Amino acid sequence: MSDPQNSLMPGCDKVLLVQAELDGELDAAQAAALEAHRVGCPICQAAQVELLRARALMRGDLYQAMPDAVRARVIGRLRQVEPHAPLVPRRRWDWLRAPSIGFGLGAACAAAISLLILLPERNDLVDQIVADHIRALQPGHLEDVVSTDQHTVKPWFDGRIDFAPPVKDFAAEGFPLRGGRLDYLDGRPVAALVYQRDKHIIDLYVWPAGGPTPHLGSDTTIQGYNVVHWTAEGMNFWAVSDVEHGQLDEFIALWRRAP
Amino acid sequence: MLPHLDAAYNLARWLMRDGEAAEDVLQEAMVRALTYFASFKGVNPRAWLLQIVRNTAYGSMALNRGVVTVPITGESDEAIAAELVSGDDDPEAALLRSRESRQVRALIAALPVELRETLVLREFEEFSYKEIAEATQTPIGTVMSRLWRARQLLAQAAAAEGLP
Repeated sequence: MSDPQNSLMPGCDKVLLVQAELDGELDAAQAAALEAHRVGCPICQAAQVELLRARALMRGDLYQAMPDAVRARVIGRLRQVEPHAPLVPRRRWDWLRAPSIGFGLGAACAAAISLLILLPERNDLVDQIVADHIRALQPGHLEDVVSTDQHTVKPWFDGRIDFAPPVKDFAAEGFPLRGGRLDYLDGRPVAALVYQRDKHIIDLYVWPAGGPTPHLGSDTTIQGYNVVHWTAEGMNFWAVSDVEHGQLDEFIALWRRAP
Repeated sequence: MLPHLDAAYNLARWLMRDGEAAEDVLQEAMVRALTYFASFKGVNPRAWLLQIVRNTAYGSMALNRGVVTVPITGESDEAIAAELVSGDDDPEAALLRSRESRQVRALIAALPVELRETLVLREFEEFSYKEIAEATQTPIGTVMSRLWRARQLLAQAAAAEGLP
């Protein structure tokens, strides 16, 4: 078991289908085809035995039930944040029945469609940035160079990318630099600087502003992440984080003021 | 969002392996879900909420990286079990829980986090492969091989411990 990656390589490429069948993921035709294979395949037969065994192990009392005290605290906190918030989903189309709204709907749709047509690149890039930020939070992805020293982080990018990103540290102001990494966005390698604010991570993506840079408005929110864009010093800057909006603005103001 | 609070806690607890850390993650994720619920356009609020819980948990783990490490195998599985999975549980419930369930919990808790979350979403939340792929932002093929590895490791470790 020292190397789970290797010792678990299945010896037959159908074993994942054996598993898919047990998980109810195969339709009747696929299941029949698998059955025809399995009668002659000892590897798949053994895999099925082991999978059934693993499943039996999970039948015990394993669900992590929430203690009442935790439930009370969480709900109490939610009521504080938003006393009138709908804590259960509203029926989806109720609002359509309001007569006054139905009228404006056509115009709203037209406006939304024209926005989509006018701003496809922006939406694409913002989605890429948020997806990259989320991916970076997964184990082992956050920083390639770990250092709180801007004089270590800045040279690290030398030779790895064809531009020198400005690197600044705001530890004194409560936004310490944690490190940097290389990423790939908008069809090119970019520098990502990683900052921390209390319990939150701020990723700042930097790359040269080549050609005419459309001014893309200032900020967007996607999946609960705030994304802010600006250009300065011939560079594109995109900051993304789940910190509160005001704090992200504070970070950006610091960045733009600093030499 | 409240109907899915239990699922959210279960996932946070399995990912963080610690009651207090799980509560922090749950708090933060619920506040975030509430704040952005208006922008939710999907059809599966539970999957959406669990994705937020999961991203919040990874954010928290990114900050604490290196502080808690648990080996896949080791002589002190019982100690890990005691520390990780029954830390602040209701003592009565802990008494009722069978020894076997405790052992299996410890084995699951010792799985690498990406295998653990896949297994938990599949076995406890009964997510389809597609739902797991969406919630974990992972290709379906990877979901299938992670599930496979998780179950193999679990079955092998259980056999090594003499579990039936």
